Amino acid sequence: MPITTAHLKPETSVEEKESTEASSSFAANIFMGRLVTKQVLPYPQALNEEQQQELKELVSPVSRFFKEINNPAANEAAEAVEEGTMAGLREMGAFGLQVPMQYGGLGLRNTQYARLVEEVGAADLAVGIVLGAHQSIGYKAILLYGTEEQKKQYLPRLASGEQMAAFCLTEPASGSDAASIKTYAKPSPCGQYFTLSGNKLWISNGGTAEVFTVFAKTPVPGDKEKISAFIVERGFGGVTSGPPEKKMGIKASNTAEVSFDNVRVPASNLLGELGSGFKVAMNVLNNGRFGMAAALSGTMKSAIACAVEHANNRVQFGRKINEFGAIQEKLARATTMQYATESMAYLLSANMDAGSTDYQIEAAISKVFASEAAWNVVDESLQILGGMGYMQECGMEKMLRDLRIFRIFEGTNDILRLFIALTGMQRAGTHLQGLQKAIRSPFSQPSLLTSELSRRARRRMGLGTGQSLKGKIHPELDEIGKELVGCITTLGSTIEALLMKHGKRIIDQQFHLKCVAEATMDIYAMIAVISRTSRTLELHLPSAQHEKLLCETFCLEASERVVHNLQAATSSRTGLVFRNMALITAALSQHGGTVHSHPISF
Amino acid sequence: MAFRVLVGVKRVIDYAVKVRVKPDKSGVVTDGVKHSMNPFCEIALEEAVRLKEKSLASEVIAVSCGPQQCQEVIRTALAIGADRGIHVEVPANDELGPLQVSKVFAALVKKEDVGLVLLGKQAIDDDCNQTGQMIAGLLDWSQGTFVSEMTVEGETLKVVREVDGGLETVRLKLPSVITADLRLNEPRYATLPNIMKAKKKRLDVLKIKDLGVELSPRFQVLSIDEPPQREAGVTVESTADLVKKLKEIGKI
Repeated sequence: MPITTAHLKPETSVEEKESTEASSSFAANIFMGRLVTKQVLPYPQALNEEQQQELKELVSPVSRFFKEINNPAANEAAEAVEEGTMAGLREMGAFGLQVPMQYGGLGLRNTQYARLVEEVGAADLAVGIVLGAHQSIGYKAILLYGTEEQKKQYLPRLASGEQMAAFCLTEPASGSDAASIKTYAKPSPCGQYFTLSGNKLWISNGGTAEVFTVFAKTPVPGDKEKISAFIVERGFGGVTSGPPEKKMGIKASNTAEVSFDNVRVPASNLLGELGSGFKVAMNVLNNGRFGMAAALSGTMKSAIACAVEHANNRVQFGRKINEFGAIQEKLARATTMQYATESMAYLLSANMDAGSTDYQIEAAISKVFASEAAWNVVDESLQILGGMGYMQECGMEKMLRDLRIFRIFEGTNDILRLFIALTGMQRAGTHLQGLQKAIRSPFSQPSLLTSELSRRARRRMGLGTGQSLKGKIHPELDEIGKELVGCITTLGSTIEALLMKHGKRIIDQQFHLKCVAEATMDIYAMIAVISRTSRTLELHLPSAQHEKLLCETFCLEASERVVHNLQAATSSRTGLVFRNMALITAALSQHGGTVHSHPISF
Repeated sequence: MAFRVLVGVKRVIDYAVKVRVKPDKSGVVTDGVKHSMNPFCEIALEEAVRLKEKSLASEVIAVSCGPQQCQEVIRTALAIGADRGIHVEVPANDELGPLQVSKVFAALVKKEDVGLVLLGKQAIDDDCNQTGQMIAGLLDWSQGTFVSEMTVEGETLKVVREVDGGLETVRLKLPSVITADLRLNEPRYATLPNIMKAKKKRLDVLKIKDLGVELSPRFQVLSIDEPPQREAGVTVESTADLVKKLKEIGKI
């Protein structure tokens, strides 16, 4: 499901300009080479003791339910979640985890939700999608933007699972570019209803849902056409869904086309303001990303456990295979990736629970990082199992097929990478403009100028920027902390160089933007890991020294990647590679496939 | 006439955890290890809740003895359907054996005017299988142990017991002590909404002294050891080889 490039254009509103200076988002600030640790250090704890206790009680029945009742293979064979399991999930309250109690839900906070979906992700991602498409996106807009009446009318039946919900944005000709949707809602002359028509494609729960959040173009008085969000019931008439799509994975989850043919939608079912639908869609997606990171942490944990068990028992060449370096590298790296994803997921959920609204870069990073980490971890775990891993019986191939979609839906990772880089650079650009102004009239903002000039002077003299994590992290991690600060400084100067060179045209430099996004993701992963390990060391948890190993291993590799990516973003060598790639692709496009001649000439 | 039921819910190391022995052999590692309700206690609790649902029980009270964390198990019991809980606080489990726990239950039975005590047949940690019998002895009540079927018939209970070699049906006069075997029922899951609602239920905390029970251990644990590791076997080609091998290792 999409996010649009229109969203990426650096049109800075006044509101955003102000928030740039005040932003406490770690990720937003590193684009300016700044270390702002308010949100990340110390590792935030969202839950008080009572909520922690409550969560502990909730986790074990969920985990047991998935071990003892849910049958992933049977769900997959039936291409639907077994009715017994669905009934159990309804009874369990799994369809309304974050709906406030007064509307019949459990009223969980993000961190509590994250911990529960981790159990789901560990057991069966297909069920995870059924639940997620329902509550993470299906009716999330009602939770976030619904009026009191809308909430009263819809949330109780959705929270109980009596009715399913679906999120309808994607269309046949509108994927990543969500602003280009064609579905249209025409207001009636009397103002009482809208007539909505259009086709929505690949809608999760599309065939089973009764309540849809639908995005459609609407005329906005005194403005051009804009997207608005609507609550549409199947019962309104004119709503039909196609047959379930045949998919690579998550087969138990229903995916279908949904058609709206002159559906009469009461004006009272408009969600949010008229014309604010794009914002609604983006915020719904933005708001749900932490859940993916949490679910995939669970998936990775399951895969690692399975691979470890195999490696502990399988004997080849007279030795257990866990004694071989080739296997150790896979298991250890998989664990560091899982550790980083988990650290990110709960850092993000805690920030959201603390009321932060400035987390869109972090949310996007978490989605991309988690989905790619999970792909690698499950792929390598499967490799450890060898032939056994390829067999359906062991369940690993299903896990791999199921999680592939996470790199595609709810904003493809490619689009999200651009989003990460451009959102950050837009802020850095605004900051630079401010600086230029300050240079022109140095007395308007003298403090900004002096602090910035001294920072730059120090940087040029190789003294570092004076920024440090010392005292904010556990002393045992100081060395790694220094590497991270170095990475942040380099990111800041690289971005400045890119902005100076390309100016506004930077939006079209996708090769470079990708390098920037990669570096940003690794830096955010590093701070998440360092912060979490710091806490573990301070608390003297039994796993503290092991976690220090994970932290050190992950950060050493990550900081190397950061250096590599930032060099790539500005070096002439990679510049040549990027230009070549554009040429190669142009040739391919012209020939409709590969151009090179065959080694045996035909 | 409906009676009040007392159910024992013991907090034990979760059945799925691989138990490890402490290096000094004084016990098993419990720090940071997942604990949950003893599975046989779950069955006893389920039976009690069913009695309540059939209006045969007037109230179900879940009891657990041990450290603070026992309240987690009691909360689960409340979520599954117990009406209220009693936590009898004892700082460390080490001092608690079946006899001490039995005395606690006997005292509570008198205090709370209980008509039926339902317990698991044994706990999966120490496998003692003594508490139910001891409570019946202390109270001088009838007892039905290893029960796989149970029906209330007026002032009596008809129970089917799983005994060696078959099933035994006995009729017990109430009040009585029942211990549940595996096949008595299939316990339900605690649902998330019920877990939230259970927070409002009453949970009393008592000190073991308040019940007049002394914690004087009657025996001392000398050492706890891991079961011996099974050594790898060998595959033999024929019966003759087998006999030869067995002779070699001096078994025949």
